Amino acid sequence: MILKLAAPMIEIAGVSKRYGNARDVLGGVDLTVCKEEFVTLIGPSGCGKSTVLKLISGLTVPSDGTIRVDGMTPVNAREIVSYIFQDATLLPWRTVRQNVGLGLELEGVPKDRRAESITALLELVGLGHVADAYPRELSGGMKMRVSIARALATNPRLLLMDEPFAALDEMSRDRLNEELLRLRTEQKWTAVFVTHSVAEAVFLSTRIVVLAPNPGRICATLPVELPWPRTGALRETPEFEAMVAQISHALRGAISR
Amino acid sequence: MKRRLIVAANALGVFVALLLVWQLILWIFRVPPYMLPSPWAVAKAVEARFPSLLQSFAITAEEAVGGIVLSIGVGIGIALVFAQSRWVRRMLYPWTLLLQTVPIVAIAPLILMWMGAGIRSVTLIAFIISLAPIIANTTQGLISVDENLVHLFLMHNASPAQILFKLRLPHSVPSLFVGIRIASGIAVIGAITGELYAGSSSVGRGGLGYSILYASSQLQTDYLFALVLAATVLGFGFLFLVMFLEWYFLHKWHESARVPETE
Repeated sequence: MILKLAAPMIEIAGVSKRYGNARDVLGGVDLTVCKEEFVTLIGPSGCGKSTVLKLISGLTVPSDGTIRVDGMTPVNAREIVSYIFQDATLLPWRTVRQNVGLGLELEGVPKDRRAESITALLELVGLGHVADAYPRELSGGMKMRVSIARALATNPRLLLMDEPFAALDEMSRDRLNEELLRLRTEQKWTAVFVTHSVAEAVFLSTRIVVLAPNPGRICATLPVELPWPRTGALRETPEFEAMVAQISHALRGAISR
Repeated sequence: MKRRLIVAANALGVFVALLLVWQLILWIFRVPPYMLPSPWAVAKAVEARFPSLLQSFAITAEEAVGGIVLSIGVGIGIALVFAQSRWVRRMLYPWTLLLQTVPIVAIAPLILMWMGAGIRSVTLIAFIISLAPIIANTTQGLISVDENLVHLFLMHNASPAQILFKLRLPHSVPSLFVGIRIASGIAVIGAITGELYAGSSSVGRGGLGYSILYASSQLQTDYLFALVLAATVLGFGFLFLVMFLEWYFLHKWHESARVPETE
């Protein structure tokens, strides 16, 4: 509950989004995400989860309403934001190391200053041994790790993740979930995460926002009051199961309405 | 390794068989040598006139290389302009079709009239005829970048120049090579055809195309065959050079350039 009193990282007020004359993708969304929260957006297809991320990142603009990120407009806030996509979106002509350094390179950090932080980051995500490999030599899970390392390289305060583990098998997904939480305790960024997986949402989040479609809107906001730090063993506890059941119930409500 | 030897032996076997058939035809139908020289006569012509053959080869190679280097440079430049917007493409792309559809034999006389005979004119012809595939393939490579990659660059506040040179251009290299491979074949044909119309006729300045024309007018059929052989070698050499460069630049990261497994 202390988190609720913390300073806001994202303030979304009365935001709607429509493309052309079509029906609203999002209709009147209000959402505040506080610093160091891990908020997961979950909902059936077409509820506008990804659109919310696109709006927070400034990749698309709202039709109505306002969005502030750390008090700035989304485009101005990009310096403190990193985006992780569903596919790893690595540049195939660059090695792992060069891919991880992309953000710093684009932001004009000189090469010698990049090298050290990249090496440290590669060790942190367990990629030290493949630093000079090309993406096509890596498994799906390792590519995603590179993508995460690249996002963290610019030292973001806010991470936007659009179903980053959806394409992975369950074991890799669980392991990367645990690593993501470990990185979060070390680096203290705020996260907005989109997923279809209820278990993943419960495991990662401090708060889960359930969205309903036609038009996309928030139909439930549920805090996840499971203890920290969370490890793989948490998934086998009755409290975890109960939370999963609660979210699944809310999701069914979102679909049937 | 053993497999490769068998492939090589097979190819050699087919070659020997073809020579045999060729020789048999000469014996059975009693073809006069000015119509079809024997393989042996062609080999002797290669040996006897090797310096002039080599010279013609070098001239045509120079024209073809000049043509393709020009069309790569100009083609990439035009593709970069085309990649800027759909509007630019709609307006200018139809004009590149003109390059593909205008028969080179129709404009060769014009080029001859404007620039005179010689290496420069032939290079220009090789350039014109090989330009279109470079433009088309490079443009395709530049604009077919995954939208999320563009978003990624935008999230890092990348400038339009950074998106062009660090994302679109490297992404287009595999398609550029597809274009170069097509263009390299046409450039050699363009150079030889160009020489038929605009090749230099001064002593020691004629390329393969001009020499073919001359040899046929003199009924030096054995030398004509030697010239055709040289033209084929040139075309093959070009193709292998391009394939080597493609492998060299792409094998580390791109699927198409991987050497296929031979068991």
